[in-house]
Amino acid sequence: MIQVENLHKSFDGIPVLEGISTTFQKGITNLIIGASGSGKTVFLKSLLGIHTPDSGEIYYSGLRLNEMSKDQYMQLRQEMGMVFQGSALFDSKNIGDNVRFPLEMFTKLTQKEMNHRVDEVLERVNLHNVNSKYPSEISGGMQKRVAIARAIVMNPKYLFCDEPNSGLDPNTAILIDELIQEITREYQMTTIINTHDMNSVMQIGESIVFLKNGFKEWEGTHKEIFKTDNEAVTNFVYSSALFKKVRQMYIIEDQEIKE
Amino acid sequence: MKYISAIGRYFMMIIEVFRKPTKWSVMKGLIFKEIDELIFNSLGIIIFISFFIGGVVTIQTALNLTSPFIPKYLIGFATRQSVILEFAPTFTSIIMVGKVGSYITSSIGSMRVTEQIDALEVMGVNALNYLIFPKIIAMFMYPFAIAISMFVGIFGGYIAASVGGFAPSADFVSGVQLDFIPFHVTYAFIKSVVFAFVIATIPSYFGFYLKGGALEVGKASTTSFIWTSVIVIILNYFLTQLLLG
Repeated sequence: MIQVENLHKSFDGIPVLEGISTTFQKGITNLIIGASGSGKTVFLKSLLGIHTPDSGEIYYSGLRLNEMSKDQYMQLRQEMGMVFQGSALFDSKNIGDNVRFPLEMFTKLTQKEMNHRVDEVLERVNLHNVNSKYPSEISGGMQKRVAIARAIVMNPKYLFCDEPNSGLDPNTAILIDELIQEITREYQMTTIINTHDMNSVMQIGESIVFLKNGFKEWEGTHKEIFKTDNEAVTNFVYSSALFKKVRQMYIIEDQEIKE
Repeated sequence: MKYISAIGRYFMMIIEVFRKPTKWSVMKGLIFKEIDELIFNSLGIIIFISFFIGGVVTIQTALNLTSPFIPKYLIGFATRQSVILEFAPTFTSIIMVGKVGSYITSSIGSMRVTEQIDALEVMGVNALNYLIFPKIIAMFMYPFAIAISMFVGIFGGYIAASVGGFAPSADFVSGVQLDFIPFHVTYAFIKSVVFAFVIATIPSYFGFYLKGGALEVGKASTTSFIWTSVIVIILNYFLTQLLLG
């Protein structure tokens, strides 16, 4: 579980995050949503420790991030997995070595044990016979799967995903969302997904935080988001033609129930 | 102010490079890879340039020593001194700034823009140590490349002198052996070690702290080449004053 209290962050005097407080629960997919420039990525990077907040607190399983000893902090880093927007696979390493990298850096496993673990996680993300290929030789969807495999190879407690299905076709995007939800439940991780894809919100939004201009505007679940009266959320959710039709359907459905 | 801040950040980067070292079993492989990439892959261009520079120095010296009272062996002497003192360590280093420096800036810069460095940091890896330390260690092999450059440069001069008929072979060889001061080679090696450190770290700085996209990677490579060359030339002056002055 990750708790955030009154988090503030600014760049060159321009506030980006303004007093965000929320809790991300274990074993479910927690989504951070909002329009571009709403502060989603800065929020995610602040949680990861890539950005240092100006003020506010972040607690990882009850431990305050800025009060952790160096050893505790390094231990925490190894308990985190991250899936970057562009996958961030190491170009100079093949797929097998990319997934093996955290094991080589932080464990004392033998080569045989590492190979076994790499095969196991690649199998888990439905990738077969790709170990010797390089990132440039596989599709964007496969790169995302490799990035997920690399993120979970150390059995992390916390999984962070920055727009995991951006640039993917709708079918592959759904598969990636499902995969993240499955492994979140399987590994009982605290998973935080940064997205502005409404399909993801509908499909895996078990807990949603909506950001607007650096503020937490709304918090709820994917069932609640379609019925909220919050204007900013409504404008965001129903900005596409498809979802406008979905909303009309909801309204008709509600009227029918009332009648 | 901008420059002072950049200098401060550069030295802080150097300190961080030596903190929290990467596991030796991983680092060993990285060092060998960098030796191959930075040193062995540069030997071809170093040999090619040294051979022809040595030849040109010999021809120009010969063409300027027209008086019959000046012995021909001075051509060999002048070639040796020019190659050992200046052309091998300094000229080669400027070439290396272009070849190796640009490679370092663009490879680290590309990792920055594609979030690969963020990925290392999120995993808890000291990205500065992982990326820059092996390059610094690999560049300690640079004096060996300079030794090869010295030999090939003088050999190039010998070929130019004998094939072009500028000086008899025996005269050239006796000129090369005349009044040889071993400290001059030491001086060249000291310079090359200092330049090696500069070539490994300044381009790394420009790559590591790059902001932006692919266009900025190209700009950073150019900026890195300019600044690394300027630093090499300034340090060349001060080291010469310090060691030979």
